[in-house]
Amino acid sequence: MNQLTNFTKGFIKENPVFVLLLGLCPTLGVTSTAINGLGMGLATTFVLVMSNLVVSIIKSMIPDKVRIPAFIVIIASFVTIVELTMQAYTPALFEALGLFIPLIVVNCIVLGRAEAFASKQSILSSIVDGLGMGLGFAFALTLLGGVRELLGSGNIFGFELLQGDLMLVFVLAPGAFIALGYLIALMNRVAKS
Amino acid sequence: MEYVVIIIGSIFVSNIVLAQFLGICPFVGVSGKLSTSVGMGGAVLFVLTLATIVTWVLQYYVLNPFGLSFMQTIVFILVIASLVQMVEIILKKVSPPLYQALGVFLPLITTNCAVLGVAILTIQKEFNLMEGVVYAIANAIGFTLAIVLFAGIREHLDLMEVPKGMKGVPISLVVAGILALAFMGFTGLV
Repeated sequence: MNQLTNFTKGFIKENPVFVLLLGLCPTLGVTSTAINGLGMGLATTFVLVMSNLVVSIIKSMIPDKVRIPAFIVIIASFVTIVELTMQAYTPALFEALGLFIPLIVVNCIVLGRAEAFASKQSILSSIVDGLGMGLGFAFALTLLGGVRELLGSGNIFGFELLQGDLMLVFVLAPGAFIALGYLIALMNRVAKS
Repeated sequence: MEYVVIIIGSIFVSNIVLAQFLGICPFVGVSGKLSTSVGMGGAVLFVLTLATIVTWVLQYYVLNPFGLSFMQTIVFILVIASLVQMVEIILKKVSPPLYQALGVFLPLITTNCAVLGVAILTIQKEFNLMEGVVYAIANAIGFTLAIVLFAGIREHLDLMEVPKGMKGVPISLVVAGILALAFMGFTGLV
């Protein structure tokens, strides 16, 4: 496969959130603002690239029967690295994302790419795949966070754009489901045309 | 009294699915039919309670005394993964009917973030073991309540005429949003 298509497939055609519907918990849980969505997306991207890289390097050494636990240990190690790094250098974001940082471990995208892609492909392809999928995930989260922040509080990345009576519900839990539902419908439409 | 607060709080006020966004994958994935969603709820109840007990004991008797609490994420997910495997093997031997009912859902539960989420939350909220167990059971009931309600609505939704672009997942998510809106009515109950 061409590395460029390998990289870009994660954005629209095989977007993990809008098309594959993977990793919906963090997608809904942290996207009350665009910056939280972006932070979560980038943290997941790091874990995805590193775990794809390591899985691809040692794929021939892992016995087939214990490959899933082995993948989980690799992923959990990188999640712990992200967790400790964010706690030290970006404490505000760490507080805002809270429980969802350790939960990157059980994000289906990460394990899914390790199992479906990195355990079969070359090292370079696996890194490119991890980067594309991760950034596609970050793109989806930032988009959803931006929409919710704009409709709910009139800001994007903290800059004020709208004033007056806004739909506060979009910052709260129900708004997450509703906004994502409409975004997926919109993406279906874009992908078809 | 404290237990009542935990129970009402986790089932209604901050429902694990509709307010805390944990366990969304099975919530969307296996809520097509009412019967399967009840099965999933039962499996989650079983694993969630066991996992919370085991991880609580590990945290307070192994990780904390040895200063290893930074290993929490790795240890917990490994414990949950092996626990699910063990439950599957034991159930197969001991109670074939129960295995028949829950079997297909068990492998899915390892990557159900509700399990790891509740295990970590129990530690974060500094519950003692008994409170932790009550918290786990209440959350599992909350999960079952949400998924069963949602499955009931989705069964009706299949018969409705929905605009083409909204068919399937998009309309389901909007419905989940309305369900979450309804659950917001419980705010302030405890």
